[in-house]
Amino acid sequence: MGELRLMKGNEVIAEAAIRCGCDGYFGYPITPQSEVMETLMVREPWDETGMVVLQAESEVASINMVYGAAGSGKKVMTSSSSPGISLMAEGISYIAGAELPCLIVNVQRGGPGLGTIQPSQADYFQTTKGGGHGDYKLIVLAPASVQEMNDFVELGFELAFKYRNPAMILTDGAIGQMMEKVELSDYKPRMTAEELDAKCGSWATNGKKADRDYNIITSLEMDSDKMEANNLRFQEKYRQMEEEEVRYEMIDCEDAEYILVAFGSSARICQKSVDIARAKGLKVGLLRPITLYPFPKKPIAELAKKVKGFLTVEMNAGQMVEDVKLAAGCGNSSVPVEYFGRMGGIIPTPGEVVEALEQKLIEA
Amino acid sequence: MTEEIIIAGFGGQGVLSMGKILAYSGVMQDQEVTWFPSYGPEMRGGTANVSVIISDSRISSPILHEFDTAIILNQQSMDKFEKAVKPGGVLLFDPNGIVNEPTRKDINIYKIEGTKIAADLGNVKTFNMVVLGAYLKAKPIVKMESIRKGLEKSLPERHHKLIPLNLEAIEAGQSKLEEVHVL
Amino acid sequence: MDVKDIIKPENLVYEKPKLLTDNTMHYCPGCTHGVVHRLVAEVIEELDIQEKTIGVSPVGCSVFAYNYIDIDWQEAAHGRAPAVATGIARVNEDKVVFTYQGDGDLASIGTAEIMHACNRGENIVVIFINNAIYGMTGGQMAPTTLLGQVTATTPCGRDLDRNGYPLKITELISQLPGTAYVTRQSAHTPATARKCRKAIKKAFQNALDKKGTSFVEVVSTCNSGWRLSPVDANKWMEENMFPFFPMGDMKDGERDAPDAYLKKN
Repeated sequence: MGELRLMKGNEVIAEAAIRCGCDGYFGYPITPQSEVMETLMVREPWDETGMVVLQAESEVASINMVYGAAGSGKKVMTSSSSPGISLMAEGISYIAGAELPCLIVNVQRGGPGLGTIQPSQADYFQTTKGGGHGDYKLIVLAPASVQEMNDFVELGFELAFKYRNPAMILTDGAIGQMMEKVELSDYKPRMTAEELDAKCGSWATNGKKADRDYNIITSLEMDSDKMEANNLRFQEKYRQMEEEEVRYEMIDCEDAEYILVAFGSSARICQKSVDIARAKGLKVGLLRPITLYPFPKKPIAELAKKVKGFLTVEMNAGQMVEDVKLAAGCGNSSVPVEYFGRMGGIIPTPGEVVEALEQKLIEA
Repeated sequence: MTEEIIIAGFGGQGVLSMGKILAYSGVMQDQEVTWFPSYGPEMRGGTANVSVIISDSRISSPILHEFDTAIILNQQSMDKFEKAVKPGGVLLFDPNGIVNEPTRKDINIYKIEGTKIAADLGNVKTFNMVVLGAYLKAKPIVKMESIRKGLEKSLPERHHKLIPLNLEAIEAGQSKLEEVHVL
Repeated sequence: MDVKDIIKPENLVYEKPKLLTDNTMHYCPGCTHGVVHRLVAEVIEELDIQEKTIGVSPVGCSVFAYNYIDIDWQEAAHGRAPAVATGIARVNEDKVVFTYQGDGDLASIGTAEIMHACNRGENIVVIFINNAIYGMTGGQMAPTTLLGQVTATTPCGRDLDRNGYPLKITELISQLPGTAYVTRQSAHTPATARKCRKAIKKAFQNALDKKGTSFVEVVSTCNSGWRLSPVDANKWMEENMFPFFPMGDMKDGERDAPDAYLKKN
C-alpha cells in the first residue's frame, strides 16, 4: 500500500507529477489552481528527480514551453484554470496537430470572461468539442476525488504517450481545493531518451543522430492532400480511443428506472442524491463518465433501452446533456433526457437534484 | 458512522488547521475524510469556514448544506450556520464575540471559553486546539492517539516541538466544556 | 574547355555546407534568409554540434527553415519560438537550442516571449532577421518598418500618428540582464557575411559555454516586399536602414551578476 496522506487536489497533482517521473512543469499562477505550482516549488523536485519547474510569463508561454519540451520527447505538463486554458487554446491545437504527448490540467472556474473563482464545469464544450482551431480531440479525464487527481496524472501521461496526443484532466475548484485521504503512487524513474525511443519510436527532436534522418515537429503541411491524410490519421486515432479508452462508473444502475449522469464534483453530489432518492423509494442510479472524451456512449445507449429517463447534472447551462441525448437516442429515441444545473460557481445540492428529477422526469 | 462538521469563524482563528488536524486524525484511524474550505476573496473578507466529513464508508458529496455538528466562532457564522445544524445535532460555540447566543431547542448546544482558556495556557494560538478538545468531549469521534498522529502529520517538522502544548490545550478544552442546552 | 574540366576539386573555391540539405529553397532570389541559413549551417558544422542542436523555426518566411538544415527542428506558433526553445532547453541541458525569427514574429506578436526568455537568461541562441516588413503575408507593415516606408498596409508610407514608431527591439533586448551577447549585423556583402558568421559562431559558442541568451540581429532585405531589385534593395537597406539600425555589438560578455538585483535584506 502506498503512502497515505491528507492533501488538496491541487497539491496531489504536483506530488503525483513528481512521483510518476514527469520531466517538467511550466505554468502561470491563476486561482483556483495556484497550489499546483506552489507545491512543486516547495518540493524542489529538481534536486530529487531532476524534474524542471518553471513559472512562465503567461499561459501562452507555458503551453508553448510544454510544446517545445514535449517535442523533445519529454514527459511534461502544465496546469491552469478556465481563462488561462482559453489562452492556451492555440498551443494545445499545435500540440494536437504535431501529435505530441503532454498533460494539461484545467481546474475550472465559472465564466464567461473573468467570471468567478468558484468551481464550475462550464468548459465541457471547450474541452471535449475543440477549444482551439481545427479538427482535434483531447483525451479528457474527469476526476471525482482527490485520489483520482493522483491516479489520473499517471494515467493521463500513459494515454498521451500511447496515442501521441495531449491529455487533459478536467477538474474544478472544488476538487482542487478540497482535501481527502489519498494513497500516493510509488516513485517511478524519469524515462531516458533510449527508453522513449524503444517505447514510442524515435520521433523526438532530441538531437539528430547519425543513424537517422532529422526529425521535424510541426503541424504545418502546405500540400492539401497530405494535410487531409494527416487529418484522416488523427481521426483514425480518435476512433481507436473511442474503442479502447472509454471509462465510466455506474452506481446503483442495475434496477434503476432513472439515471443521473454527472462527472467530477457533480457526480459526488449525485451520489448523495441517489441515496436520498432511494430512501424515498425512487429507483435512481448514477452513471459517471470518467473519460469525457472518449464519451461513454455505449453504456448510455444500453441503459436507454430499459430506463424511463436521464437527468444530467452539471455545473453549467447544460452542455454534456447534448452528448447524453445523442447517445441515448442511439438506444431509444423516445427516452427523455433532461438537464439540471447551477452556474456562476454555485454547486447544486443533493436535495435540489432529487427535486429536479421529480419535477422534470417523474411527475412530468 | 458518518460525521459532517462545519467549523466557521474569522481568518486567523485556526479554523482551517483545526479542520485539517481533525481530518488527518480520521485518516490515521483508517477512515474516509474530506476537508472542504471556503476559498478566494471569501477568505480575505475575514470569515473562514471549512466543512469536514469523517466516515467509515465512501463519502459522497463533499459539499454540505446541513451538518451533524457546527463549531461556531463568530457572530456572522452563528447567523449563517445555527440553522444548518440537523435536528438532534451539536452546536459548539465560543461566547467571545458572540452577541446573540443560539436559541434552537432541537439541538444540543455547548459552550467553550476557548479564547480565555488559551490565554490562561499562555499561548492564544492554541485557541483552536482548546475548541477541538471541547468538540471531542461532546463527540469523541476520533481517539486521542489519532489526534496525536494527526498533529504530527499536519504540522511541519519544525513545529513538532509544539505538539505537547497542543495536546495540553486539547485536554484543557475537554475538561472545560460547558453544556448550555442538551437534549 | 568542357565544363567537366572546370568542376574539379582543385578548382573548388566555394562549397555547400554539408548540413545544408538539397531541398530547393522557397526564398525569393536576393533574399537574405538563404545567406543566413548557410551561415548557421556552417557554424553548426564547424562546432560539430549537429547531434545536439535543435532549431526552432517561426511563422513567417522562414517557417520552412526546417527543410534546409540537417538537424532536428520544431516549428513554433507565431511569436512563440522563445517559449518553445525555453521548453526544449530547460529539459535538455546538454543540447544547443536556437530560434530563427523574423521581425513580425519576434518584435510584434512575440514581444512578451522574447523579452522574458532574454530576461531569464535562457541558454539559447536567437537569430533575428529584420527586414522591416512582413514578407510571408505579402508585404505588410512590420514593427520595424521605418516612418514613411511604403508597405501593403501603409500605402502612403508609415505614419507616426497612425502607426507609431519603428521598434528598436535589439536595443531593448541589450538592456536585459539575462543576455550575454547582443549584436546587430548584416550579410549583404562578402565582408559583412563573414563578420555575421563570426557573430553567429560566438552566439553558439556561448550556448555551449552556458553563458545566457545570445541574440544576433541581421538587418536584411526583402526585395520582393520592398518592390526592388536585389541590388537596389541592398542599396536601399544601406541608405535607409543602417542609419536607424546601426551595426555592431551592444553587449558582449555573459549575463549580469546577480548582485545589483538582490533584495537588500
